[in-house]
Amino acid sequence: MSAGQSLPAPVELRGSGIRSRLSDFSDRHRSISVLVGVGAVAAALPLIVLLPPFSGFSGQTVWVDGFTIAGIFILLALGLNIVVGMSGLLDLGYAAFFAIGAYTYAFAASPFYGNEFPFWPMLLVGAAMAAIFGIMLGAPTLRLRGDYLAIVTLGFGEIVPITILNLSQYTDGPNGIGGIDAPTIADFTFPTTGNPWPYYLTMVGLIVISMILIYRLQNSRLGRSWMAIREDELAAAANGINTVTTKLLAFALGATTAGLAGVFLAAKLQTVTPNLFRFDVSFTVLAMVVLGGMGNIWGVAVGAFIVFMIQSVLLKQLNLFFDNVQIPILSEIDFLQYQFLLYGIALVAMMLLRPEGLFPSQRRKRELHTEEDAEFGELGDPMGASPE
Amino acid sequence: MASMAVGATARPNVLAALRHSGASPYLFIVALAVAMYFVLGPRQFVNALTIGAIYALVALGYTMVYGIIELINFAHGDVFMVGSFVSLFVLTNVLGQEGSASDLGGIVFELAITFALTMVIVGILGVLIERFAYRPLRNAPRLAPLITAIGISFILQNLVQIIYGPSPVNTPQVISPTARVDIAGVSIGWVNIFIIATAIVLMVGLQLFVSRTKMGRAMRSTASDREAAALMGVDINRTIALTFLIGSALAGAAGVVQGLYFGNIQFVIGFQSGLKAFTAAVLGGIGNLAGAAIGGFFIGFVEVTAANFGYFVWAQAAVFMILIVTLVFRPAGLFGQQLGERA
Amino acid sequence: MNESKAGSPGGLAGAPPETLLRAQGVTKRFGGLVAVREVSLDIPKGAIVSIIGPNGAGKTTFFNVIAGIIDPTAGTVAFKGRTLITRPRRVWLESVLWMVPAIVVASIELALGAAQAGDDGIILTAFGVVGALVVTLVVATIRPAWYSALLARLGILRSARPNDVVAAGMGRTFQNIRLFQNMTALENILVGMHLKLRASIIDHLIASRRQQREEDAAAERAGELLRLVGLHKRENELAKNLPYGDQRRLELARALANDPALLLLDEPTAGMNPNETAQMTALIGRLRTNLGVSILLIEHDMRVVMGISDHILVMDHGEQIAEGTPDEVRRDPKVIEAYLGTGAS
Repeated sequence: MSAGQSLPAPVELRGSGIRSRLSDFSDRHRSISVLVGVGAVAAALPLIVLLPPFSGFSGQTVWVDGFTIAGIFILLALGLNIVVGMSGLLDLGYAAFFAIGAYTYAFAASPFYGNEFPFWPMLLVGAAMAAIFGIMLGAPTLRLRGDYLAIVTLGFGEIVPITILNLSQYTDGPNGIGGIDAPTIADFTFPTTGNPWPYYLTMVGLIVISMILIYRLQNSRLGRSWMAIREDELAAAANGINTVTTKLLAFALGATTAGLAGVFLAAKLQTVTPNLFRFDVSFTVLAMVVLGGMGNIWGVAVGAFIVFMIQSVLLKQLNLFFDNVQIPILSEIDFLQYQFLLYGIALVAMMLLRPEGLFPSQRRKRELHTEEDAEFGELGDPMGASPE
Repeated sequence: MASMAVGATARPNVLAALRHSGASPYLFIVALAVAMYFVLGPRQFVNALTIGAIYALVALGYTMVYGIIELINFAHGDVFMVGSFVSLFVLTNVLGQEGSASDLGGIVFELAITFALTMVIVGILGVLIERFAYRPLRNAPRLAPLITAIGISFILQNLVQIIYGPSPVNTPQVISPTARVDIAGVSIGWVNIFIIATAIVLMVGLQLFVSRTKMGRAMRSTASDREAAALMGVDINRTIALTFLIGSALAGAAGVVQGLYFGNIQFVIGFQSGLKAFTAAVLGGIGNLAGAAIGGFFIGFVEVTAANFGYFVWAQAAVFMILIVTLVFRPAGLFGQQLGERA
Repeated sequence: MNESKAGSPGGLAGAPPETLLRAQGVTKRFGGLVAVREVSLDIPKGAIVSIIGPNGAGKTTFFNVIAGIIDPTAGTVAFKGRTLITRPRRVWLESVLWMVPAIVVASIELALGAAQAGDDGIILTAFGVVGALVVTLVVATIRPAWYSALLARLGILRSARPNDVVAAGMGRTFQNIRLFQNMTALENILVGMHLKLRASIIDHLIASRRQQREEDAAAERAGELLRLVGLHKRENELAKNLPYGDQRRLELARALANDPALLLLDEPTAGMNPNETAQMTALIGRLRTNLGVSILLIEHDMRVVMGISDHILVMDHGEQIAEGTPDEVRRDPKVIEAYLGTGAS
């Protein structure tokens, strides 16, 4: 986690246990560990669902399809984490950038406009488009106090679906745009039903690349600037950081990730409607980031996956379960209806009780660790240390 | 401090005099109101004032809370929404009212009870939110209370949605919307007159409270410098709780008015009105009570104008643009001091 | 246009080369209160200059003006011959300027007949106007050189922001320590070195060799700075877990990380016991001799500064009441009165 990952860790921190040696390795070879970690999870998940009780809920194809959609949310959470977790800016209109990415691809590859641009370059174009909108929104706002960003993004998140809804001659309003092209590789077109693997593997690839890049940013001068701004904006400026452009960059990069996820969503569902991008989505992603632990990349990814699985599988299964067993009150309750109430309670509870998230980062652990070691830090006369 | 010998060479012209007197924003508002009257016609003008009164009442809560603890209380719009549902509950379940009341005595009695109960209940709700969701985080990083606020907002919305369902709910319009009076040849609904008058009474009352009473002074001193106020013996926790009580009670009054005027309410109205009311607060200069009230009326005009010309669906977008433009060109609002915000 | 700012002989700041910083007639009013009135100060290269005065004398306000945190009501501060801090002038004109492209776009579109084209035309015009406004704002946020030049040509003067002041070659500490609490000591220093690191965002994303080398070198240099203040064994501790005295020293090291020519220290010994104070004073003295850095020091405790300062400015109630060498200041009746009058030593 440390910025100076290339430095040898101090001796007292290097335990002899396998665990600490593993974490030491992953600190120094971040990209490899992300690749191996995500790869292992991505390989294991489709196998796990073959076992009971999961196999009882639905078939492997449906599960893998669900994981692909979960991947979209993981991507969204990773992007929002740059803004909220790493830079400490509250973005409440994140779904708007998601929508911009999705509609960019819908415009570029659907019969509605008669365009047939290929998916892969559009992935970048959609991301760039979201980034441009991010800069447009951030430039007037980020020159002010951070709080204003929250309300401005909240408004933006509301305006974008309204605009899409009402500019029907360009977007077909509430019906949305359908018949969007599936991605192709050479002559192979991604199948929309039956075989979920191409989309799944693409998503895994996107997540791996995003995570590696975000880790690199976090451990760079830019990542340190974000963290410094989050900690103390005035002190950051007093250390030469241009806080406005640095915040703008964080905001734009967050938007980029959302745009990427949006293009993928459009290609996966092959239809986009303004309803997909309401405030609920922004709120859900925020809950994912907070639950996973703000600023903790792995934690956020895991948090997003778990939250998505709770909302798409667990609540539905609870409904089915209680419908079947006929317990008087419980079977009347529609658990899906309580989903956002739960998120609201979770957000408040997390902020009050466990602000570091469900999965505390290495940083937290090390903090406890160093406190134990503090006694060993015999310094003698520090002031006498002669300057070289 | 007359002895200030700083090289201020203000040119003695009308423009400079205007700028120094601070009257120009008010002149702007008056001019705008007159223009609006001619653009919209008397009927829509009164409509705009009525809707503006609701936004103004909600905006006051935003501006008071931001003024005192620098928190954008995202839950405030939903407190207003809860207020409208509490008034529905009071009217139908406590007073058994359906439709309009017939006699003046009944109207006065029912409205008095409804306003009193709603304002008290919603005021207490505001205090509870502050006590349990914001106070523990007063010294936490800025992000924490903001996230809590948005969480509370979602909790309130979803609770109401679960209890009253997702569709709009009809509310009894105690003052019949058809009861009208001719003033100078213009037919105006009694309900409009009642709402505008109520809003103005509440605002004047608030202004008097803040400027004349000891508690009001405590609020102002806490807003300008919390630590200094504490040193002077002001009970900070009580003062902040009082701010939430008053702000939420005003939102509760706005909630009553909302049901009274529109005849139906829905769980999303808080979310929708919240952004508009916040824009009103920013427009008026956040922390400035009179500014927030005037900002509220301004937003009312924008909305009614948009509706009048057939662009109602774009009203929200227009309000949003106003927010952005204000933040860009006059971040301290029309009436706030232009202190400039630096990192 | 830039040349007039750069202080050529006829320019605004004709400070002689050996003067590092020159403040002239700095005044700051808050509403009716004059916090700083007409304070002028020269800091020669390599000197330790102190500002002393009782609490509330306006020292910190003056200091914050120099550091770019608050704009002065009047007066200028020139650093290395270049005017950095000044009263903002015609700032309102800048926001008028922002509207120009939008108005131009709107006029062109309307002239081309957008109004006659119905809804499509109106929407197109709206997009054009919003787009132009947004592009302008993005430019205004990023502030490329030509934009600043344009502002200067229009007579719009903006004071330097804190990060500009750092870029010009100053480093500062805060009276109430402002470390990045949840970052390690090493990371705090690395943030301080922000402006010395040149790797671009692309370098970071592809983890280029250049970036890796730069990070390694930065970490090494940061280690040296920590050694300088005696914190090299605690480089991986979070700042908030360090004891008070260590936090002060870490902040000092962070301020040095950008290799400043001038170090601004706001009460560096506040809250320290006499022993720690003596050590800190010695360290400050060593910084000057070993690193050649000039220092501006703020203190309300006279004893701290008498020993190490070359030059002392005494402030009281926002005004400059005395100036000179420690000996001159010590004998000045006005200083004695100010200090005795407020009950300080």
